[in-house]
Amino acid sequence: MSTEHEHAEHGHGGHEISLRPYITGFVLAVVLTLIPFLMVMNNSASTTTLVVVIFSTAIVQILVHLRYFLHLRFTHEQRWDVFTFVFTAAIVLILVFGSIWIMFSLNHLLM
Amino acid sequence: MTTDTLPARYAPTEVVSHAEHEEKLMFGFWLYILSDCILFSGLFATYAVIGHNTAGGPSGYDLFDLRYALVETMLLLFSSISYGIAMIAMKGDKRAQTLFWLVVTALLGLGFVLMEFHEFHDMILAGNGPQRSGFLSAFFTLVGTHGAHVSFGLLWMVVMMIQVVRKGLTGPVQSRLLRLSLFWHFLDIVWIGVFSVVYLMGVAT
Repeated sequence: MSTEHEHAEHGHGGHEISLRPYITGFVLAVVLTLIPFLMVMNNSASTTTLVVVIFSTAIVQILVHLRYFLHLRFTHEQRWDVFTFVFTAAIVLILVFGSIWIMFSLNHLLM
Repeated sequence: MTTDTLPARYAPTEVVSHAEHEEKLMFGFWLYILSDCILFSGLFATYAVIGHNTAGGPSGYDLFDLRYALVETMLLLFSSISYGIAMIAMKGDKRAQTLFWLVVTALLGLGFVLMEFHEFHDMILAGNGPQRSGFLSAFFTLVGTHGAHVSFGLLWMVVMMIQVVRKGLTGPVQSRLLRLSLFWHFLDIVWIGVFSVVYLMGVAT
């Protein structure tokens, strides 16, 4: 049992023993959810502003989830987790923005 | 040639500690999760490209109820917390508490799935199913794939609840619960993308 606890703070996700990161993460996540929802529901800003708010709160909330729920930190032990995540994020960005760019260019050029 | 031991070719080539083995399992599962992210990014990319092709039919603005989506979001968020509490109980070797919080998580997740099913059902009955337009095809595929993932997660959760009852919090059971934890939090992260890009953007723009 003791060896499990020695490694409790290392390695990937789920090795947290206290409730505190979950509470912090939860409060942050709720705030980051309510801000865009309430702004859009009340139509309380220009479309551009709303889009910026939606995307920025989404990105921050994803980071909050990764840190407080999945315990992903930039430590030496977790470097492979971080590296593979960054690689995946790069692939995802290429896929999404590449598709948008190509398809809209095609639409513009061919229609 | 062999007596009680395995033939040499089946013997492990290195001796790993229990914790190292679990780390490998977790990392392997993490790689799977990342590949699932790429799957979802393809669906998001599709939605970004054809999400405005409403073919004369309704758009997100016409169809989405944001209060409904907010309730769904809160259900998933609370379920992430309850799963976290379950993991803390598991680390403390508290079997009954772990089981309790797994049940809470599953109920919240089930609430989410039922709400989503209801939303899809009403849309389809009104003639706004996936075949109505490009927008709706992309919507049902993206949101439906996420909902399917949640449903399979719930199935896995039920299996784990049975394992906790029958085997107790053994090493392998704990290891599986940690991987399910990764899966469940990942689904909440994907949902952040879904409600932002599909529901909020759909109504705001």
